[in-house]
Amino acid sequence: MAYFLETLIAGLFAGLMYGLVAIGFVLIYKASGVFNFAQGAMVFLAALVFVTLVEHGANFWVAFALTSGLMVLTAVAVEALVLRPLRNRDPLTLFMATLGLSFVIDGAAQFFLGTDVHMLDLGIDDIAEDYGGLFISWFDIVASLIVVALVAVLGIVFSRTRMGVSLRAVADDTLAAQSIGIRLPVIWRIVWSVAGVVALVAGLLWGARQGVQFSLSLVTLKALPVLIIGGFSSIPGAIVGGLIVGASEALADIYLGPLVDGSVSTWFAYILAVAFLLVRPAGLFGDRDIERV
Amino acid sequence: MASLLELVDVSLSFRGVKALNALSFAVAEGEICALIGPNGAGKSSLLNVINGVYRADSGDIVFDGSRFEAIRPGRAARLGIGRTFQHNALFRRLTVRENVLAGLSRHGEASFVENIFRFGRDGRERTDFAGRADHVIAFLGLEAERERIVATLPYGIQKRVDLARALVSEPKLLLLDEPMAGMNQDEKRDMSRIITEVNRAFGTTIVLIEHDVGIVLGLASHIVVLDYGRKVADGTPEAVRNDPDVIAAYLGTVH
Repeated sequence: MAYFLETLIAGLFAGLMYGLVAIGFVLIYKASGVFNFAQGAMVFLAALVFVTLVEHGANFWVAFALTSGLMVLTAVAVEALVLRPLRNRDPLTLFMATLGLSFVIDGAAQFFLGTDVHMLDLGIDDIAEDYGGLFISWFDIVASLIVVALVAVLGIVFSRTRMGVSLRAVADDTLAAQSIGIRLPVIWRIVWSVAGVVALVAGLLWGARQGVQFSLSLVTLKALPVLIIGGFSSIPGAIVGGLIVGASEALADIYLGPLVDGSVSTWFAYILAVAFLLVRPAGLFGDRDIERV
Repeated sequence: MASLLELVDVSLSFRGVKALNALSFAVAEGEICALIGPNGAGKSSLLNVINGVYRADSGDIVFDGSRFEAIRPGRAARLGIGRTFQHNALFRRLTVRENVLAGLSRHGEASFVENIFRFGRDGRERTDFAGRADHVIAFLGLEAERERIVATLPYGIQKRVDLARALVSEPKLLLLDEPMAGMNQDEKRDMSRIITEVNRAFGTTIVLIEHDVGIVLGLASHIVVLDYGRKVADGTPEAVRNDPDVIAAYLGTVH
């Protein structure tokens, strides 16, 4: 039983980290209706820039501020060079553009900053300790608190500020939003900037776990089942989806793995996502689109 | 009186089908102008051209002294052209109050950073916007629904929210696309009264589309009749009512 609990808890912690990545996708999906394939590349870029700055002697907050600034610049550039020329195109075109964008960002990051694997130490111990019979890592607890705080801050920003109302308005009806004078380019720049800062937070926590390297970019693939399960347009959905994926794949690994002689965690989330697509295509918290034809 | 809006030879076609055919007319400042005509006459297309949802193939639009070949919806809003939609295009998951606040977007000056950290222009703007939203909500009798999510409200109330969202930004010109569609006679009379009050109290120039000719004759001071994208008649309600072309467009004619 303790073993089950421990696996479950470890899975839930991992799930929050998936949710953290998924939030970045949700933000952009809400504002521009596109699955931003480049979100993973943004995670990698942010982590790599941060770790390079720290290795050159910058302190944590200076590096954090500079990297955030770079993510804002990236957002402005993406709006001007990708989104604006492609506005009013269908979502598939935009998706392909973000696919291209992911290669540009990955390539540029490695071209300028190299392809070495960097160790990232955030100064948080990542050693499991005994809490009443359960071994839990302090790092997991801190990371979870950061994710919870981030979700709370985003929630407050989107419910209490005028820009938050504008963002939700754009998500509900883009044409009506434009017709009352909401500036779509401004909304896009803001949302991509916020998604960039979320990518930075994700990049730091993931980078501290597995080193800052190209494979960070591939968290995109891990976020996909999370989004299918939680729904593409809901931040709480991203978190719940992350928890479901994390917990189920950890449990599947120990209970199902031995039956198939190997690790199932690499593919279990996708099977689960396919099952959700069959039963509840919009995800747990997503919008079922009803379109007038 | 000077004209606030003038259309000069505006044409629009969809894949060869002419929705608007060299249409010209003027709307005087402060009047209520109704567009009537059978289905497919081009009334909604015309509103969509005026606020830039559609781009005219040819012709000019003169609004408030400036001439445009084409305008974008956002720019139209910032110049003071507000509108409602035939099928309520409200922000369905937002509350009534949030919808109305969103309507003030064109007056927003505070930046996102000021919004988040509540400094600079944010405080004054917040108070100002809250006051304006409350005023319009009260004016349209929506106080009871203030904090309700729009999707949960009955259709007639949603129509009012749509009007509130457009009205709150104090547009110079208000385009209403079938504000009374789907309403019963009582609701229509109510909406009619509200539109007249808006016109009087705010001095807003209004261009509206309405099918109920009885309502239109009592409400509008200027009527433009469209048929197949062309202007059939243009004048006061009395003049239009007796125009043989109008009677032909509505009732058919003997060939």
